[in-house]
Amino acid sequence: MIEIKELRKSFGDKHILRGVNLNIKEGEVTTIIGGSGTGKSTLIKCIIRLLEPESGSIVVNGEDITHIKSEMALAKVRRNFGYLFQEGALFDSLTVGENVTFGLKYLTDTPKSEYAKIAKEKLALVGLKDIEHLKPSELSGGMKKRVSLARVLATEPKVILYDEPTSGLDPIMSEIISELILDLKKKLGVTSIVITHDMKSAFEISDTMAMLYEGHVELAAGVKEFKKTKNPYVKQFIEGSSKGPIQMQIRN
Amino acid sequence: MFKSLGRLIIRGLTQIGQASGMVYSCLFWLVKSPLEFNQTMQQTVKIGVESMVVATLTSLFTGMVLALQAGTTMQSILSEPIYIGTLVGFSLVRELGPVLTAFVVAGRAGAAVTAEIGTMRVTEQIDALHTLGTDPIRYLVIPRLIAFTLAIPILTLFANVTGMFGGFLVSVYSLGVPSNTYVEDITTFIGVDDLMHGFIKSIFFAFMIGVVCCYRGLYTRGGAEGVGKSTTKAVVTSMVLILVLDYFLTAILNSLGI
Repeated sequence: MIEIKELRKSFGDKHILRGVNLNIKEGEVTTIIGGSGTGKSTLIKCIIRLLEPESGSIVVNGEDITHIKSEMALAKVRRNFGYLFQEGALFDSLTVGENVTFGLKYLTDTPKSEYAKIAKEKLALVGLKDIEHLKPSELSGGMKKRVSLARVLATEPKVILYDEPTSGLDPIMSEIISELILDLKKKLGVTSIVITHDMKSAFEISDTMAMLYEGHVELAAGVKEFKKTKNPYVKQFIEGSSKGPIQMQIRN
Repeated sequence: MFKSLGRLIIRGLTQIGQASGMVYSCLFWLVKSPLEFNQTMQQTVKIGVESMVVATLTSLFTGMVLALQAGTTMQSILSEPIYIGTLVGFSLVRELGPVLTAFVVAGRAGAAVTAEIGTMRVTEQIDALHTLGTDPIRYLVIPRLIAFTLAIPILTLFANVTGMFGGFLVSVYSLGVPSNTYVEDITTFIGVDDLMHGFIKSIFFAFMIGVVCCYRGLYTRGGAEGVGKSTTKAVVTSMVLILVLDYFLTAILNSLGI
């Protein structure tokens, strides 16, 4: 469904993506893991074309979206996607209810009379109720994240990109979000691309896992193969060991 | 030295290019999609209300000080405080009303707009707009650009009246000018073309402030510190450009006989 070939992206002289190759299959959950700053967020921002890659290609359902320039055409591409931001990215000036239904106006033909009902439904899915009238500044970090997820779910996208969906959530809520991702796959056939550092959740929800290291995909495989791999980088990462080929620079 | 001068020129040209691109996108979205009417009205009221008190106080005291200075000068030259209304009125309507109002709005509402859009940029809310099917130009910039262009000329008219009232207070109660003389000095010598002169200038100032403040907000980088820097740059750039634009607009309007 999404084919990424030799994708490269730099910011100034920082080369973040240095030839990423990855295939994302329709209706599957693909998890992307990797250390901080390895380009996971950059990769999914390229997929939804919030960033334009320098070279390589991203093909979605046969259409090459790598270098689309027109805002109208980009808006059309983005219609298929939902994006859960790491910090939620809720609109401060709007209430929770308005935030959740924001995309309905631009992405769907849903009548306005349905908005309140949809907001209630989607908030319930992420374990929240009666907070439609609150402003994002009145919510805790975890609640913001869940409201943001409700906002993504409201427009019922075919592909959802999650940037660390369980970070900042308690273990029970993390489990609920993981189950929700699986539910969306089973019931609605939603394709998910999930960036996470939560290995427990990653093993639970993934069909395919990919590890990014130094700007390229070190390994992309099914969960079983991933767990058994002898690749020293992947092994060290999933075991969370400080000893191994991945060396972190610690400043004193 | 030449290297840093070259860099400065390149950066300046890049920013002009980016701001022009933003204005072009505004025109594109205005043609291609319906206007965010509620947003536009909300922003117009917000910008107008936010700046109203400061604009009123500024123009009131400017009118008062103009009357005081004009009165004292006339008294020492002609031994009589005459034509105070005319001097106050001309200075306000053609020059100080539009310029000072634009200054006040740039410092108050302009800074607020840059800080708001800048914060949205660094907290990924601008990216969120893209992912939810709209565009920041359409949703944020166009309503604010229209709001500035509507609010500033109205505030300028208001400032002109308040300033002349300030001049009236000083002239009548401090300098002893009869009230009808002050009013006649204004109505006899100040015509519609003088009002138009100030009004046209205020429209240009408004559009420029909108472009500068929205542009600085959209191109904010680097967290809270970046928002602070963008806001300062937006206000300073607006103020300098108001004065530069004022000279050229005055020259053009004068040559057109307005």
